[in-house]
Amino acid sequence: MFGPEQGHFALALACVLALVQFAVPLWGASRRDARLVGLAPYLAVSQLIALGYSFLCLIMCAVGDDFSVQNVAANSAVSKPLLYKITGVWGNHEGSVLLWTLILAACGGAVSLFGRNLPDILRGRVLAILGGVSAGFQMFCLLTSDPFERVFPAPMDGQGMNPLLQDPGLAFHPPILYTGYVGFAVPFAFAVAALIEGRVDAAWGRWVRPWAVAAWCFLTCGIALGSWWSYYVLGWGGYWFWDPVENASLIPWLTGTALVHSAIVVEKREGLKIWTVLLAIATFSFSLSGTFLVRSGILNSVHAFANDPARGVFILALLAIVIGGSLALFAWRAPSLTSTGLFSPISREGSLVLNNILLCSICAVVVTGTMYPPFMQLLAGRTISVGKPFFDAATIPLTLPLLLAMGVGTALPWKRAQLARTFSHLYAAAGIAAIGVVLCFWRLSGIMPIACGALAIWVIAASASDVLRRIGIGHTSPRGVWERMKNLPRSSWGAALAHIGAGITVLGLCGMSQAQHAIVEIHIGETRSLGGDAWTLLDVHDYIGPNYKAMQADLAIRHNGKLVTILHPEKRDFTTQSQTTTEVAIHTNFITDLYGVIGDRHGTGKDTTYVLRLHRNPLAPWMWLGGLVMAIGGAFSLSDRRMRIGAPKRAAARNMARA
Amino acid sequence: MNATRRGILTAVPIIGAGVLGVGFWRMLSDMRSGAFDPRAIKNPNVGKPIPSFAMPGLPGLGDGFTDAELKAQHRPVLVNFFASWCIPCVAEMPGLRAISRNMPIWGIAYEDKPENAAGFVQRDGSPYARVASDRHGRVAIDWGVTGVPESFLVAPGGRIIWHGSAALDPQIYEAEIRPRLAGL
Repeated sequence: MFGPEQGHFALALACVLALVQFAVPLWGASRRDARLVGLAPYLAVSQLIALGYSFLCLIMCAVGDDFSVQNVAANSAVSKPLLYKITGVWGNHEGSVLLWTLILAACGGAVSLFGRNLPDILRGRVLAILGGVSAGFQMFCLLTSDPFERVFPAPMDGQGMNPLLQDPGLAFHPPILYTGYVGFAVPFAFAVAALIEGRVDAAWGRWVRPWAVAAWCFLTCGIALGSWWSYYVLGWGGYWFWDPVENASLIPWLTGTALVHSAIVVEKREGLKIWTVLLAIATFSFSLSGTFLVRSGILNSVHAFANDPARGVFILALLAIVIGGSLALFAWRAPSLTSTGLFSPISREGSLVLNNILLCSICAVVVTGTMYPPFMQLLAGRTISVGKPFFDAATIPLTLPLLLAMGVGTALPWKRAQLARTFSHLYAAAGIAAIGVVLCFWRLSGIMPIACGALAIWVIAASASDVLRRIGIGHTSPRGVWERMKNLPRSSWGAALAHIGAGITVLGLCGMSQAQHAIVEIHIGETRSLGGDAWTLLDVHDYIGPNYKAMQADLAIRHNGKLVTILHPEKRDFTTQSQTTTEVAIHTNFITDLYGVIGDRHGTGKDTTYVLRLHRNPLAPWMWLGGLVMAIGGAFSLSDRRMRIGAPKRAAARNMARA
Repeated sequence: MNATRRGILTAVPIIGAGVLGVGFWRMLSDMRSGAFDPRAIKNPNVGKPIPSFAMPGLPGLGDGFTDAELKAQHRPVLVNFFASWCIPCVAEMPGLRAISRNMPIWGIAYEDKPENAAGFVQRDGSPYARVASDRHGRVAIDWGVTGVPESFLVAPGGRIIWHGSAALDPQIYEAEIRPRLAGL
């Protein structure tokens, strides 16, 4: 019922359905045949069902320990806990590609179900584009990375999974991150459909924005979760390494953030149309390229998938069709999209243009830094690496004006703003930011962290004061405030929350720039001080876990003689995989993380010493907390009545009923 | 003006994507032929004379050697950095023994206790014509070694003409080292 052959067949069936979903609605739309176009949602849902069945089969193979399936034999084992048997399905190349296409199919299903109020032709075309991309990736899956491939004779037990991946954080990281990546396929499909149609208007902006915001929320969470994982699992004390794989997720996030903002201008002012279409294409193109680069082995990264240049060639061809095709269509059709209205630089739309320019500049910096090493090696034959110093030096100066503008932007009205009036709203925030400058000079060192920290406080204060002003705090009665709170659009709440989240993240980053660490080699009973705390190694003992041997330390931290906490960092030896992992111990009070790692044991008897790595990370949790707040802000604005696609029609129906 | 701006807006993405695409395609095809390896470590000393050094030998394996002795050789020498604690070095030993039938290999034990290194070399028959001990890894720093095993092909007179950062085997010898010997 749920065997590998059924799964393989369902995958092939989904691929055929996706091809039909690509061809029929496009043909129907060009012939203006409503019946053919109307098939698109049914095809999309059937494709989703077939693919879901196929994915379920793969999970059943892993759960049932069917080691005749190559993928299960290579990545699972009888002794693996059930949760990791399931999540291990997407912890490898083949399974993750299947998950990728499943999410893409789910996007098509979502457009079919929630997009009932879209014009039929537009919806048909959007689903056709999604079907085309789906078909391409399902062919990739079937032809070069078949998850259901069999081995004969089947081994008695599997080879097990990298113990580093046996972590709940990482288990759910790929689905969230992929939903973010793949979610941008919907804005992409909308952009291509609009180019085919030759029309972009305010309604298009209103339709495309929820999809972009939803994808953006997932991508934000995915990046934050990935960064958190590398912080507490890898045990290097860092949170972001400017590694190519990390950059591959940051690049679409930057253009996606720009897209979420520029679509507002399309919706409200019918401006920036061509630019928004280009951003929608660019964001999904970067998502695809990121996937491609990670799997082709071109980039030298710590996060390695099994590299195979033959697969790389297939994905590159797929990218050439998808990206090249959409950009060619863009070059051909974009000039026919006309913009209306002139922008005054001092206005809401003016600030959104500035936001787009800065975000895209940061994106260009990250793309350059990521692509420079392989291209230098190709063209000049030199090995170089581009790291933190470059990225910090190039991105921070661009982030400063971005933060400054973030505070002003939401306070500006549309069309034409009066500076004096706007600034009069921002006095309070500016005052708080001034206090923030003093605070930053006191707690932070280095000009960039101080500037970023002060501006982050400015963003938080300005966003909060903007909402407070709108709900009439200070000049309306409590009852009036409540009324205004209820009437303030959820998207305004969402925007303020997202901006506050960004401020919190930046404060976290500033705090982390002041992180202290020490690598010490000490005997049991010895004490070392770090950042005003005394760290004492009380004891080290060995114990045996389910499938590993562990060495655990008791590390007491005292502040002014008072015990703060006892950390228990561990080092685990997984015997079957002959791999060692470190279990970081973290104590947090949400202001400072105390972070301990145990390394090697040296010597014997009385001379035994232990290598310990001690970190004091100020404001570290704020980085991920800010990411979460940003995503919640996005989700909040998604719940806005005006963002929901069916709102105008439903409102009309309600009015009818009332009349 | 507006038309030019639109022209740029439409042309730049296509050209950018095209350049990246062609570059990626070249990288992939070069990766398949072996000409492009993103994980390769380029050594800045290739093409330069060997740095000066003097190292002691390992117990029971004769004296060490110096840069002067290496320069004085009339045949090319393969210099191999190894350690007893390095797993790829264990895997490399049979390959080194095969290569040692064709050319002399001089070994340098990197950050290793001399008795451990000596035991390791003698376990299944030494591939090395001469062995020296770089107990604290100082010599390796001058050579630009990033890890073990790494190997250098040194021409008579002491110029480094090739560097490899992977465990050696007869295939690498045939593909990378032997063609270079012909020109010497």
